[in-house]
Amino acid sequence: MSIDIGTCDTFPKLLVHHARVRGALPAIREKDLGIWQTWTWQQFADEVRALACGLAAQGFKRGDHLALVGDNRPRIYAAMCAAQCLGGIPVPMYQDAAAAEMAFPIQNAEIAYAVAEDQEQVDKLLEILPQCPTLKHIYYDEPRGMRHYAQAQLASYDTLLELGRETRARDPEFLEVEIAKGSGGDTAAMFFTSGTTGTPKGVVLTHHALIDRAKVAADLEGLGERDVVLAYLPPAWIGQNVFSYAQPFVTGYCICCPESAETVMTDMREIGPTYYFAPPRVLEALLTQVSIRMEDASSLKRRLYKAFMGIAQRVGGALLDGKPVGIADRLLYRLGDLLVYGPLRNVLGMSRVRVAYTAGEAIGPDLFRFYRSIGINLKQLYGSTETSVFVCIQPDGQVKADTVGPAVPGVELKFTPQRELLIRSPGLFKEYYKNAQATAEAKDHEGWFHTGDAGYFDPDGHLKIIDRVKDVGKLVDGTLFAPKYLENKLKFFSYIKEAVAFGDGRDQVCAFINFDFEAVANWAEKRGIAYTGYTDLASREAVLSLVRECIERVNADLAEEPEIANSQIRRFLILHKELDADDGELTRTRKVRRAFIADRYRALLDALYGGKDSVHVEMQVKYEDGRTGMVAADLAIRDAKVYSPDAAKRAA
Amino acid sequence: MNRAQQIGDKILSVEGVSLAFGGVKALQEVSFDVREHEIRAIIGPNGAGKSSMLNVLNGVYHPQQGTIKLRANGAWKEFHDMDSHEAASLGIARTFQNIALFKGMTVLDNVMTGRNLKMRCSFLEQAIWVGRARREELEHRRAVEEVIDFLEIQHIRKTPVGKLPYGLQKRVELARALAAEPTLLLLDEPMSGMNLEEKQDMCRFVLDVNDHYGTTVVLIEHDMGVVMDISDRVVVLDYGRKIGDGTPEEVRANQAVIDAYLGVAH
Repeated sequence: MSIDIGTCDTFPKLLVHHARVRGALPAIREKDLGIWQTWTWQQFADEVRALACGLAAQGFKRGDHLALVGDNRPRIYAAMCAAQCLGGIPVPMYQDAAAAEMAFPIQNAEIAYAVAEDQEQVDKLLEILPQCPTLKHIYYDEPRGMRHYAQAQLASYDTLLELGRETRARDPEFLEVEIAKGSGGDTAAMFFTSGTTGTPKGVVLTHHALIDRAKVAADLEGLGERDVVLAYLPPAWIGQNVFSYAQPFVTGYCICCPESAETVMTDMREIGPTYYFAPPRVLEALLTQVSIRMEDASSLKRRLYKAFMGIAQRVGGALLDGKPVGIADRLLYRLGDLLVYGPLRNVLGMSRVRVAYTAGEAIGPDLFRFYRSIGINLKQLYGSTETSVFVCIQPDGQVKADTVGPAVPGVELKFTPQRELLIRSPGLFKEYYKNAQATAEAKDHEGWFHTGDAGYFDPDGHLKIIDRVKDVGKLVDGTLFAPKYLENKLKFFSYIKEAVAFGDGRDQVCAFINFDFEAVANWAEKRGIAYTGYTDLASREAVLSLVRECIERVNADLAEEPEIANSQIRRFLILHKELDADDGELTRTRKVRRAFIADRYRALLDALYGGKDSVHVEMQVKYEDGRTGMVAADLAIRDAKVYSPDAAKRAA
Repeated sequence: MNRAQQIGDKILSVEGVSLAFGGVKALQEVSFDVREHEIRAIIGPNGAGKSSMLNVLNGVYHPQQGTIKLRANGAWKEFHDMDSHEAASLGIARTFQNIALFKGMTVLDNVMTGRNLKMRCSFLEQAIWVGRARREELEHRRAVEEVIDFLEIQHIRKTPVGKLPYGLQKRVELARALAAEPTLLLLDEPMSGMNLEEKQDMCRFVLDVNDHYGTTVVLIEHDMGVVMDISDRVVVLDYGRKIGDGTPEEVRANQAVIDAYLGVAH
């Protein structure tokens, strides 16, 4: 199924198109005062037109930037389109950003106009006003608490709308002419990348890039005007913006804005979206909630859940992929659907979900399979702000837990010798705003975008992202060594808390392991193993075997991937203490500092590669109260079984 | 202070009120007044008669002596003792020190009960729920939703009150009182048993209510920080007598008040 959008090459033209073709269908819903309020495409278009005329009357011109500060609200999206009608460029900003973080984008783009959701956002903008002298107009949507504000820059959204209606009544042709002036090559929006390192960069995207990618992905999934999406992530994030602005403008589907951040779960159940997006952490939080509630349920329910989830794990994914499944299992699954999976999907608000995406970070295979096993068509995709999101999507029936799928139509991918992924696509960004140097670094003269991600294609041609390219190394024999990829695979086991893999420039891969104390202590208690603490457990043969089994399962996985089969973990040891940010071993966001650890534990590393089977360690540790002490232990070093690629194939 | 409605004329005047339970003299000759749109605090050590005073104001207790004058709908009314039903219909709403909500009912239903006095339909009409009853309920529901939105409790709208943490229950109680659209709001220790963050939230809501709806607030509170920060004027009671009255600064400097709180050698 393909959507007909005629010759519309900008978002305002698409809006006019939808208002004409499906004017009476819902465009956007918002839960306000407990009731879902609906705006049809016609109403939405009228609002946008009036608002655009109001902005024009206030001096907003072609090429001006409009800052949008707020949560998912119909009026924020209306303002976005209104700016585009006049050839302006909306700049959505994170509503939970601190005031100081908002200063840079406003200074960078010399923004003069802003639409803010409420008093909270207005306060932030007023706070940075001294640093941002260009900011002259702030329009606020929610008037509550705004009565005493007398700043000359402030005006309410409603007065702007009123002004717009008046000017439009006087000159109804003006706006239609302005809309017609726009073309696909114009800048549609600018998104500031979070910029965890260095200053943020404004990514400039054109109408053509966004519309092209939105349409290709929508055609791939057969999205249409009857689909419904819940907009609950920040609109300043390209992912949300594509799902709640670009794609509905292309397909004509309806987006729903929840009442508040706390009500998302309930609102989702009420709406029943058909198209859903969630980063792994949201999916994980949902699953945790389900697990906790199941533990509190009656024993009959618990047993039913356990039995049927077993069946789902065995055949649920295969059924979703349309693979052959025996008749008995089919019947059992059908029964499970009636008793467990269906009600569970309903609780999650996913009863009507046809297509669900997850992206942003690596998702644990168990988490991923859980959703698929209960019949939710969860798939992974790959993309970024610079690529208008859609680069790779897993097609129905070819979903794997550890790839992001093949390139979507129109996208070309290739790798540098260093394994960095390069992308050429109609959805690529135009430039980084006022930053020619960064643009030149990211996009070469042939139009390839350098992602900084390292990866490769698996035998089916699916893209697999393994690490940031700067962290990827090579073994002596030339095999790719992606430490984060190995560590993540290990950390997906509940028993393993941290892992540090070594191998760059060496002949084999070895690893330090921290087990998850809570999980392993629980496991030990069930087996009647007495222990005094972490260090004691770390030296137990049973625990070593437990960890070895985890590593060997990872090795078996790796053996199936010819590109990195040789980077299986040969030897490991369990560290005598947990890695800690206070000792400088982890960053404050709990990322392992590999080089620091290699240096600090030089003796252990030498023992691993020196072929010894135990090593004595003595070292200083810092306690939380600032005191220091000595810890001494004998650590055992164990070998893990490795698999040859052929054996893995036979086993599979 | 920058606020929507400037503090106006007197709206309530308590004159020479005495209340005794047998030999226990809970209140003795207490007089004070409350001005329109102000936040008026009543403080005092334990057993000083604060809650008794509030109970007199909305007609739960009947004082043996004294009068209460209330300005409602532009006219002064004088009472020897208030009837609680009449107090409610004159625009006085309150919350309780020990939460008095219907634990098994949802937040929404609890707040709806705050609209009880404004409902005009008969029992029978409501049972059939046609015509007037239906229109009326929709109207009240809208008013209730405004309050729910104002106090930011949308996410617990359908949750039974008994399942909520204490701080939220307190907020629901405030919501129920607000649903009655009071002109005078009596709050009996709205912040007791709360942690710092909950207290800050509650202070903000009390100030917002006062500012947005222009509601006059009389509150009892033990947390001196809260009282001194948010109230316009403070009455201090000790052993049923008024020992101080004035702005927070005046009260803070009042020797009788300091003695009552810190104790004094006799």
